[in-house]
Amino acid sequence: MTGTELAVLAEAEDRRRRGGEQRLLVCCGSPCMAAGAESVLSALRGRLAASGMATEPDLVGTGCRGPCSRGPLLTVQRRDETDAIFEHATPELAVAVVDALSRGADLPGEGRLPERFPFLTCQTRIVLANCGLIDPDEMGQYIGAGGYNALARVLHDMSPEEVCAAVSASGLRGRGGAGYPTGLKWQLVRKERRDRRFVIANGDEGDPGAYMDRALMEADPHRILEGMAIAGYAVGAEEGYLYVRGEYPLAARRLGKAIAAAERTGILGSRVLDSRFRFRIFLRMGAGAFVCGEETALLASVMGHRGEPHSRPPYPSRQGLWGCPTLINNVETFANIPAVISMGAEAFAAVGTAASSGTKVFALCGELVNTGLIEVPLGTPLRRIVYDIGGGLPDGREFKAAQTGGPSGGCIPAAQLDVPMDYEALQALGSIMGSGGLIVMGEGSCMVDIARYFMGFCMEESCGKCVPCRAGTFELFRMLDRMANGIARPGDMEDLERLCRMVRETSLCGLGMSAPNPVLSTLRWFRDEYETHLRERRCPAGRCAMNGEAVPCPS
Amino acid sequence: MSVVTLTMNGRLISARQGESLLQAAREHGIEIPTLCHLDGLEPLGGCRLCLVEVRGSPRPLPACLTQASEGLVVETDTAALVEYRRMIVELLLAERAHTCSVCVRNGRCELQAMAARLGVDHVRFEYRYRLLPLDASHERFTLDHNRCILCRRCVRVCDAVEGAHTWDVCFRGINGRVVSDLDRPWGESTSCTGCGKCVHLCPTGALSRTVDVGDEAARERASLLRILERRAGIREEGA
Amino acid sequence: MQEHRETAPLTGDPKMLLVDRAMQRVQCRPDALIEVLHTAQEAFGYLSRELLAHVAAVLGIPESGVYGVATFYHFFTLQPPSEHSCVVCIGTVCHVKGGGELKDALEKRFGVREGDTGCDGRLYLGTARCLGMCSLAPVMVLDDLVYGRESPAGSVEKVGRALEVRSDRNGAGRTGRSGG
Ligand SMILES: Cc1cc2nc3c(=O)[nH]c(=O)nc-3n(C[C@H](O)[C@H](O)[C@H](O)COP(=O)(O)O)c2cc1C
Ligand code: SF4
Ligand code: SF4
Ligand code: SF4
Ligand code: SF4
Ligand code: FES
Ligand code: FES
Ligand code: FES
Repeated sequence: MTGTELAVLAEAEDRRRRGGEQRLLVCCGSPCMAAGAESVLSALRGRLAASGMATEPDLVGTGCRGPCSRGPLLTVQRRDETDAIFEHATPELAVAVVDALSRGADLPGEGRLPERFPFLTCQTRIVLANCGLIDPDEMGQYIGAGGYNALARVLHDMSPEEVCAAVSASGLRGRGGAGYPTGLKWQLVRKERRDRRFVIANGDEGDPGAYMDRALMEADPHRILEGMAIAGYAVGAEEGYLYVRGEYPLAARRLGKAIAAAERTGILGSRVLDSRFRFRIFLRMGAGAFVCGEETALLASVMGHRGEPHSRPPYPSRQGLWGCPTLINNVETFANIPAVISMGAEAFAAVGTAASSGTKVFALCGELVNTGLIEVPLGTPLRRIVYDIGGGLPDGREFKAAQTGGPSGGCIPAAQLDVPMDYEALQALGSIMGSGGLIVMGEGSCMVDIARYFMGFCMEESCGKCVPCRAGTFELFRMLDRMANGIARPGDMEDLERLCRMVRETSLCGLGMSAPNPVLSTLRWFRDEYETHLRERRCPAGRCAMNGEAVPCPS
Repeated sequence: MSVVTLTMNGRLISARQGESLLQAAREHGIEIPTLCHLDGLEPLGGCRLCLVEVRGSPRPLPACLTQASEGLVVETDTAALVEYRRMIVELLLAERAHTCSVCVRNGRCELQAMAARLGVDHVRFEYRYRLLPLDASHERFTLDHNRCILCRRCVRVCDAVEGAHTWDVCFRGINGRVVSDLDRPWGESTSCTGCGKCVHLCPTGALSRTVDVGDEAARERASLLRILERRAGIREEGA
Repeated sequence: MQEHRETAPLTGDPKMLLVDRAMQRVQCRPDALIEVLHTAQEAFGYLSRELLAHVAAVLGIPESGVYGVATFYHFFTLQPPSEHSCVVCIGTVCHVKGGGELKDALEKRFGVREGDTGCDGRLYLGTARCLGMCSLAPVMVLDDLVYGRESPAGSVEKVGRALEVRSDRNGAGRTGRSGG
């Protein structure tokens, strides 16, 4: 396919879509599927076939639309009218909607999301622009929405150096957690004097309570492929690997389909969009190991080994897959790339804050009225996310803390609700941006319990290569467990802090280095809760068992 | 071969470009504690005892894996490092059942010696005392998981020097342990040649001769160490 | 970069044929081990020693290396699957919303421990660290069906009902202890 053919296809798709009077979008993201989207879809299909409408509406199964706790979602798009979004859709509702449409009558008024639903209207959707609006399995719909235009532009009008420069100028930083400047990383890989280079997209999403990457891979797989191809061109790589978390078979299936479709049409392969650039993408499935999100462990896993990190330097940008320079970025980072190119670096940099440009996708969960997937400019105050978008805590409950960054992050207390969500501000509070998990907790949550929970997670996920993390997280877990069970010893608090420092300073990889963060951050903001557990043998939140029994060691 | 100059514990020392800080230190009589490292085996960076402070680095770096380079300022024995090392040894002692008085290696054990050297006179952490199995199926050797510190010397020497790759590590984290073949008893391993290299290099009482014939064992260990020395020499020339 | 190897199917078992074909598709490259193990587990429901030995031989990887990989990843299981499998999510959101209570209730009612089988080997109880459906927390997966906003009583009742049915599902695709 050439650039011109791409444009023709996009126009045709656009015309077709405009020609149709109505579109019915059923959210088929995993949460909505679990809530019964399949039956809504088949009810719609059946009723449409039976209705004998002259111009049958487009029926589209999309990826995640956002407000997942209200799924399954059914969206009715009509020309010149605002979308009607139905929550908790059922097959009966599907029948009623089709009947109303075929009679030209008003849609059912029940079960609709409010017209100006702040959860949706308060967002800035760049990465998620297509999520919930296109069928991820139909490449044509991605192209219709302007997809692969950026790739065509890059291949025909820009040199690899110019692409790297544009990404640098956009100020884009890695969305996988650490926020490393993306353009800089690309230039590092590009500079290496080697024939063979690789690009890897990190879709391992290990944070146990977040699903941004999953939703993205399921809802708009081509955007990630496009970002990877642009990266390949920029750094001089011909092969890319997409590493998908083992628990995400649907994402893997959709990505697999997307790759096949792109190869069939010459968007990927030996002559990308009829240029002389060659790029192929291979899918790799993880198999359940959080540490494989760490870049050197990821390399080991892609090469078929135990996912054990190795010491850096050498960094993957110098010695990655099979010893070759390798660019590793998070899938959301790649999904930003087409936008950087098509909006232009300056326009992109204008979104967000000076040091943290662009938007961030969060999986907003926990004790909130509205939970789901959101995208906001970096630097958006936490309060706005919790209260405007999330609708606050249900039943007027009090906000206690927000957890970001999962097992590598920390808790933000109520006094800091006005913190802007950007890399530096979160770090200053002892947490991290992380990959985008954002869990809101109310008074019923106990901070010692949360710290113990994450320590247990790190203990189970430690690869065991280095002593501080292997034996240290185990020891820390035992201490926290004693506290939660009311059998802590007098010196435990001091030992806890000392050991936390040691594990943080001496571990080999990021997992061990950051494993103490949840403890240190809860100690910083909620020390009194620890004291109460220790001295009064009481859990203020009433969450810990405090039954004097130690949990048996894992066997 | 180019030579670089760096500062270690306030002394100016020279080192070959590409050499590790550990090697450079040893050549100048500065002893940095190690447990997993052995010259001639691929460095692992697992025990973290060799951590040193390098000016400009936000956290300590492993001397066995950090290359010497011009102008580095290195401290190998700060109070913080000593405290970290003690804790690491304590963690190791608490992790498995180390009751020296009944151990075959009592008096000749690198872990025990390290504890003594660092002045670890008591262990602050609760001993785990989870009894792990003992594999005495091999006619000449015994594996006692209760003494293993997962330094992987056995894995590395069996793979790189003997070429048998009988050992690997299975499971992960605190549940990790060394394993022969498909978790077959060592005596039934089809890949093991019975060369004894792993036994000679094991720093603890985890791998031992079932009947320890003192002199012969010492001779074999000495000749193996010479092989490794040569390997180390070859690797450097190749590097 | 890797040499080709002759592959003779171990047995005439059609499932083994699937595994062999998967290995041939990747030209028996050792770096495809994890993919091959995925295929093997899907076909057999678990990874037996014989299967691992065969894979090791064909891919030319030391047996202990294959065993090390198979036991490193939570997804792979070396035990034959039981009739029913129930996986409770204890990811952060599910933990905060009571996933632990779900697990405790099931353990107590059916006398099975997490990560193990009970009820005469008919029920496997596993846990997962986030199934990516946090907005429905707490989440439980029973015989591949997802249940959101589950309560301890509700989960006990659903598992009880499932146990009344004898099935010979081979458990293929069962979600093991899934980590990250
Ligand atoms: C323990 C650990 C787990 C990680 N998990 C992930 C992950 O699930 N997804 C991800 O993109 N990055 C993860 N990272 C960060 C990666 O190592 C790496 O920095 C990132 O993929 C780089 O991409 P970026 O620059 O686009 O952020 C993890 C890091 C550590 C230390
Ligand atoms: S810090 Fe933990 S995960 Fe990282 S290498 Fe060490 S043991 Fe493995
Ligand atoms: S291995 Fe060493 S430290 Fe452990 S019990 Fe034996 S002698 Fe003591
Ligand atoms: S058996 Fe010995 S050599 Fe092998 S890992 Fe254990 S302690 Fe190290
Ligand atoms: S005796 Fe030799 S071949 Fe056997 S396991 Fe030890 S090192 Fe390997
Ligand atoms: S999956 Fe349907 S809204 Fe998220
Ligand atoms: S000797 Fe350097 S980490 Fe063990
Ligand atoms: S925490 Fe249970 S689904 Fe995410």
